Amino acid sequence: MRPAWSVVFLTTLIGAAQGLFLAVYAGAVHADARFAVAGAVVAVVLAALGLLASFFHLGRPERAWRSAAMWRTSWLSREVIALPAFMALAAAYAAAMHWDSGAAIAIGAVACVAAAVLFVCTANIYACIRFLQEWASGFTLANFVLMGCASGLMLAVPLAAVLAPQLAWTYAFAAVVATLAALAVRAASLARNARIVRKSTIQSAIGIHHPVVEQRSQGFTASAFNTREFFHGVSTDGMQRVRVTFLLLGFVLPVPLVIAGMKAGSVAILCAAVLVQYAGLVAERWFFLAQATHPQNLYYQRKA
Amino acid sequence: MKTTTCYMCACRCGIRVHLRDGEIRYIDGNPAHPVNNGVICAKGSSGIMKQHSPARLTQPLLRKPGSERGAAEFEAITWERAFELLTERLAKIRATDPKKFALFTGRDQMQALTGLFARQFGTPNYAAHGGFCSVNMAAGMIYTMGGSFWEFGGPDLDSAKLFVMIGTAEDHHSNPLKIAISKFKRAGGRFISINPIRTGYSAIADEWIPIRPGTDGALLLALIHELVAADLIDHEFVARYTNGGFLVDMDPASARYGLPVLDESSPRQNDMFPQNHLWWDASRGSEVPNYAPGARAEIRGEFTLRDGKPVKPAYELLVEHVREFTPEWAAEITGISAEVIRRLAREMGTTARDQAFELPIRWTDSWGVEHESVTGRPVAFHAMRGLAAHSNGFHSVRSLAILMSLLGTIDRPGGFRHKAPYPRAIPPSAKPPNNPDAVQPNKPLASTPLGWPASPDDLFIHEDGTPVRIDKAFSWEYPIAVHGLMHTVITNAWRGDPYRLDTLMIFMANMAWNSTMNTGEVRRMLNDRGDDGEYRIPFIVVCDAFQSEMTAFADLVLPDTTYLERHDVMSVLDRPISEFDGPTDSVRIPVVPPKGECRPFQEVIVELASRLKLPAFTNADGSRRFRDYPDFVVNWETSPGSGVGFLTGWRGADGSLSMKGPANPRQWEMYAANNCVHHTKLEPELQYMRNWNGGYMRWAVDMGQRKFGNPLVIQIYSEVMQEFRLAAQGRRPGRRPPGHLRERIERYFTPLPFYYPPLESQVVDAKEFPLTAVTQRPMAMYHSWDSQNAWLRQIHGHNYLFVNPGTAGAAGIVDGGWMWIESPWGQVRCMARYSEAVEPGTVWTWNAIGKAPGAWRLAPDADESRLGFLLNHLITDELPARGPAGPAGSSTAARISNSDPITGQAGWYDVRVRIRAAKPDEEAKTLPEFGTMPAVPGTQKRTPTWLAYFVGEGKA
Amino acid sequence: MKKQLALVIDLNVCVGCHACVTSCKEWNTSGLAGPLSDYLPYGKEPLGTFLNRVQTFEVGTFPETQTVHFPKSCLHCEDPPCVPVCPTGASYKRPEDGIVLVDYDKCIGCKYCAWACPYGVRELDAQQKVMKKCTLCVDRIYDAKLPESERKPACVLACPTNARLFGDIHDPESEAARAIAERDGYALMPEWETRPANHYLPRRITECDPPGPSSS
Ligand SMILES: Nc1nc2c(c(=O)[nH]1)N[C@H]1C(S)=C(S)[C@@H](COP(=O)(O)OP(=O)(O)OC[C@H]3O[C@@H](n4cnc5c(=O)[nH]c(N)nc54)[C@H](O)[C@@H]3O)O[C@H]1N2
Ligand SMILES: Nc1nc2c(c(=O)[nH]1)N[C@H]1C(S)=C(S)[C@@H](COP(=O)(O)OP(=O)(O)OC[C@H]3O[C@@H](n4cnc5c(=O)[nH]c(N)nc54)[C@H](O)[C@@H]3O)O[C@H]1N2
Ligand code: SF4
Ligand code: SF4
Ligand code: SF4
Ligand code: SF4
Ligand code: SF4
Ligand SMILES: [Mo]
Repeated sequence: MRPAWSVVFLTTLIGAAQGLFLAVYAGAVHADARFAVAGAVVAVVLAALGLLASFFHLGRPERAWRSAAMWRTSWLSREVIALPAFMALAAAYAAAMHWDSGAAIAIGAVACVAAAVLFVCTANIYACIRFLQEWASGFTLANFVLMGCASGLMLAVPLAAVLAPQLAWTYAFAAVVATLAALAVRAASLARNARIVRKSTIQSAIGIHHPVVEQRSQGFTASAFNTREFFHGVSTDGMQRVRVTFLLLGFVLPVPLVIAGMKAGSVAILCAAVLVQYAGLVAERWFFLAQATHPQNLYYQRKA
Repeated sequence: MKTTTCYMCACRCGIRVHLRDGEIRYIDGNPAHPVNNGVICAKGSSGIMKQHSPARLTQPLLRKPGSERGAAEFEAITWERAFELLTERLAKIRATDPKKFALFTGRDQMQALTGLFARQFGTPNYAAHGGFCSVNMAAGMIYTMGGSFWEFGGPDLDSAKLFVMIGTAEDHHSNPLKIAISKFKRAGGRFISINPIRTGYSAIADEWIPIRPGTDGALLLALIHELVAADLIDHEFVARYTNGGFLVDMDPASARYGLPVLDESSPRQNDMFPQNHLWWDASRGSEVPNYAPGARAEIRGEFTLRDGKPVKPAYELLVEHVREFTPEWAAEITGISAEVIRRLAREMGTTARDQAFELPIRWTDSWGVEHESVTGRPVAFHAMRGLAAHSNGFHSVRSLAILMSLLGTIDRPGGFRHKAPYPRAIPPSAKPPNNPDAVQPNKPLASTPLGWPASPDDLFIHEDGTPVRIDKAFSWEYPIAVHGLMHTVITNAWRGDPYRLDTLMIFMANMAWNSTMNTGEVRRMLNDRGDDGEYRIPFIVVCDAFQSEMTAFADLVLPDTTYLERHDVMSVLDRPISEFDGPTDSVRIPVVPPKGECRPFQEVIVELASRLKLPAFTNADGSRRFRDYPDFVVNWETSPGSGVGFLTGWRGADGSLSMKGPANPRQWEMYAANNCVHHTKLEPELQYMRNWNGGYMRWAVDMGQRKFGNPLVIQIYSEVMQEFRLAAQGRRPGRRPPGHLRERIERYFTPLPFYYPPLESQVVDAKEFPLTAVTQRPMAMYHSWDSQNAWLRQIHGHNYLFVNPGTAGAAGIVDGGWMWIESPWGQVRCMARYSEAVEPGTVWTWNAIGKAPGAWRLAPDADESRLGFLLNHLITDELPARGPAGPAGSSTAARISNSDPITGQAGWYDVRVRIRAAKPDEEAKTLPEFGTMPAVPGTQKRTPTWLAYFVGEGKA
Repeated sequence: MKKQLALVIDLNVCVGCHACVTSCKEWNTSGLAGPLSDYLPYGKEPLGTFLNRVQTFEVGTFPETQTVHFPKSCLHCEDPPCVPVCPTGASYKRPEDGIVLVDYDKCIGCKYCAWACPYGVRELDAQQKVMKKCTLCVDRIYDAKLPESERKPACVLACPTNARLFGDIHDPESEAARAIAERDGYALMPEWETRPANHYLPRRITECDPPGPSSS
């Protein structure tokens, strides 16, 4: 597939927002309300940026409001509901914490549920397309959750370092655990994807069961939606470089960085850990989208 | 909704143009039309985009003073100015030396009009595109059986059981052939395709027989060998309907050696086509006048006439001739195994024999014998340029015609069927002028510029044997160039050989690009000046509808209308759309008004002819005879009072007559009211065996369709060829070829067909250039002219060279990679596409996809000019001549056109090539490269970024 | 059973002429699905919207090669994965005749349905930014203004080899259903259980009778 940057930013930003909110909510009872408020606000801002990015994906953004209609069948529609719901609840939680409302804990709990639901929705947008075999697995949800949590926790560390220092090491520890867990799961999913046996073949695509079938012409020499949307156009080497990059930036480097940041008491280094990891996760998401091989590509292989 | 006739190609389907708010909503096939029964092709469905092309010319253009040809710098002028210029120039030429004006036309279908104009003007230098198209197909078959494939006849797939298609990619009969093949296959017929490449029609063949290009002659001769050996021929048919039983003079001392003996005791009946041949009657043990009542021709053996002359039946000569053409011999040449050749012959022979059927149609033959039924032999063939477009094509085509005749399939159900006005005489009676005095100032030619030579006496040459025509047609170089040699005109005119022209007018042909061989050089010649600083071709007029590559080289550009904007006629005097069961003609009637100042070329011709006061266009008092083209079509007759004109429908004052009758002023309206088509269905007894059908012949003569009613006996043994050969051998009184061409004539003019390697292969080292390169017509593109079509160019916007993976791999070429293809004459950089559907010795590409930058109003960096390529750069128009040198002191001695030595058919598919990979550091761009053509005045100022065609307001 | 309109494409006679491609474009650009835009129509590399494409495949190796022309448009799946994923309901399958359509007024151009179609037959119109696909010429087939014989998709009427049969595949008497039954009609990528309504009829070889040795 050709990864759309809007989708890359949408999913990474809201993932971080969800992870951050969950992290902050979990630690809120042990910290000053300012920490919870700030964390929730940052989460809302990230989610809003993600939402903004998503508009760039739409051909007709002015009609975006229509997209909630099919929540009964469409994970995308469900996401479209879950995301604002999460944002609203997170914001409400921030407000409740700020004004010290007794409902804060309950609102926060519901917001956590919303974050979880949102993970399910987002992941299932991809996982539910059964013929995109790279996506259609439990790994997709696991990855989305773990990476969201890892990046959220990683972000919680500098936040805590400033507003709730007593929690900083805990968050750092949790971030490291989550990052390593995400690495393990992502590595497992990469291993799985490397072994995928394609259910669709050129033979099943055209219904002719002969060992040698090749497309000679896709039927036109011009450009078309189907030759753009579904092909990333990056060489195997290029893909390999992206893979190494995202593994390093997203899952390896942040670990020493966050530990070093804590040891040195440097918020700057902690922020660097966040940024490095985010960059890695952007690369990861790009790779995730790109790596999916769409069966439609069997029909669009050669011009002649 | 209005009906008219499509012209997105030459197939001429009936279309319905649906308008909404005066704009074209869509165009579909007319279900009531006999050609296409409502279907339409990819091109026809894209007619809207032709109409809206930004490349449309809309004003007459004159080359800017001081600008170079090819630079495409023009200023718009008025039609009045254009006509003044032309009239003045042409009148001067006509009054001095009319042959200095040459009119050559391309993909048009109005040769009845343009030919008339040329003849009336008095120039012999007229032809249409046939010489570079498929003249071998036309001539090879017409000189054998009086008809051909293509627009003249075709396979009767409704009744056939076996269909063999040879060398056809798409052809003119585009939609009807598709309709017919589909029906045929669904009815369980077996379809075999013989073609180096398997695409299009061949794709759905039950069997594909890949063949090396240019070798079909060998295959066909071997098939004949096998049919003869297995005695699978139709003896009855050969004996009665072909000249197989004619006794041929075997006396080497005779001036008629090798010609059928004429029986001087019987009346000739027709001086042009003597009917007094002899048969050998076995029961009597002696010769008898042919078709003597009760006699039966012996077709085998060796006899002596009463006067002692040794003779053999022509068929015997054929049998002897093909004896050496064994399947093993052909296998070596064609790459098809002997086993397959044998099986193929058996399949043809047994299907024709065992699945024969009778139609209960009573008919009377030309010799008065009544037949109870018409026999069907369900083996049908179709062939096109794969056979024709080789310099050995004439003989291959003749071999095919003979094969079809031996199977007894001519104008019979299930086999080959003629379409009116065919069958025509063998050869047709129209002859070109035969001496230079035919060309006189201010005088029309006495005969049409093009015709059908039957012997050296019909050649159009000077006393010394040199050509009179600029293209050297009907000279000893190409004696039966019945369609002219358009592909030689520019080179000859540039060289001044045989002489220089003054004005060259080109209509509907892209001679600076895809219809020319040796394209780069020809472009240079068009722009070349002599020592006097003047252009070697002084004045070039181009009538086109689009900014083609050719328009750049014009001095004067005349903007034509499109097919939706003009009146047009598919006339029985030209190439009508006849059906097997009778003559059919059709018209175009404007559906939308002309764009800008566009004017139909038909109107230009009528206007020019009137201004020049050409006799046929002028009243006795000197006044103009025809108001315009529609008026001309209605009122012009072949001769005063003949009642035969361009159209056969709704003649007579009230429109009640068909075929012939006085003019009907409302004829156009009646066509318009009847789907623009007129079909005369013949009685069943006139529909078959027309070469020898007495009833049909009488009808055809009555209707002015034929001059003579004599039967048209199939010439499996060609008298015409032998006449030329005798001249070369010096056995025949009268004209003899000049010394340097004697050997050539003697070698190639054989009364029975033979196989020889194409001329190019005779001069090129096969080891150095091991492959043959050919092109194919894409079904969704018409030559060069659809690149301006926004929809079609998305299907074929650039092309690849298709190479068998084995062949490509050996040259280190990867699929999709850049490569070079080189011939002895040029080289082209292009992209490769692997294909398992091409014979390993052949490489091929889609025809005419590559374009010059800026032409057709495409962006200069358009795929067409950046990635697409033209194979023509590799194809030479001339070959070094073999054999004895030319006429003493002649500079032309060493060159001969890359054309069939008999017909002048351009040898497109003979080019020998080799391939290699492009170096990794080479630019990913095609070569050769040409300068960018600027937008010419009158074309759309800016091409749109978006096209979102939607007609009208309402949805649906 | 409920009606399910569809095309049945006969690969035994399709010659790959592209008539169905441009006749489709021509009908639809001024029809319900129109305009079907073309970006840079005369430019370097145009990009246009087409609802039907004809492709070419080669089967086997020389000389035993089959060339297969393969037209492909929306298959109007009976279980269309493209429909439930659409967040707006713009993509829908008509209960009355099984045609899968896009409501261009609702579509937000999110492309999700195209991702969810394994067959690559949906095209986002580059100019209007809404999803286009074969409509089975729904604006023709019920048009009472057209004569009965012409209430068929544009591509079906155009096809010179009559390789495109149109009809209700749930009606066993229809030409389409009969062709599927009698000619071993098959569906594409059955592995995804989308149950395409469009079917393809395979090649059939008429052998030499009596059969001779095969070609070299
Ligand atoms: N390599 C190679 N070359 C070939 C062939 C091949 O097989 N291989 N085939 C040869 C054959 S058979 C042929 S017939 C020729 C064809 O070649 P051409 O005769 O050159 O035919 P086209 O390229 O179709 O277009 C001729 C011109 O007609 C113009 N035209 C289109 N419509 C109209 C109209 O309505 N009025 C006027 N006045 N002009 C119009 C176009 O703009 C174009 O400039 O090519 C020959 N060249
Ligand atoms: N769509 C479309 N239709 C057209 C045209 C067009 O440009 N586009 N052009 C029209 C014109 S002007 C013409 S003349 C006709 C031409 O109609 P065709 O003759 O059908 O067209 P070509 O493309 O020349 O096809 C020649 C075929 O012969 C094969 N071939 C080449 N060499 C040999 C050989 O030595 N032996 C055998 N057996 N086969 C060989 C090629 O592979 C190819 O399949 O088409 C007309 N129809
Ligand atoms: S075959 Fe030729 S005449 Fe017929 S519809 Fe197609 S383009 Fe028009
Ligand atoms: S129109 Fe018919 S024959 Fe032509 S490509 Fe389409 S389905 Fe095949
Ligand atoms: S072919 Fe694709 S677009 Fe059409 S119904 Fe099936 S899944 Fe949907
Ligand atoms: S692109 Fe349009 S039709 Fe497709 S899923 Fe999105 S809203 Fe639905
Ligand atoms: S049914 Fe209509 S919309 Fe669908 S491919 Fe055919 S012409 Fe196009
Ligand atoms: Mo031609």
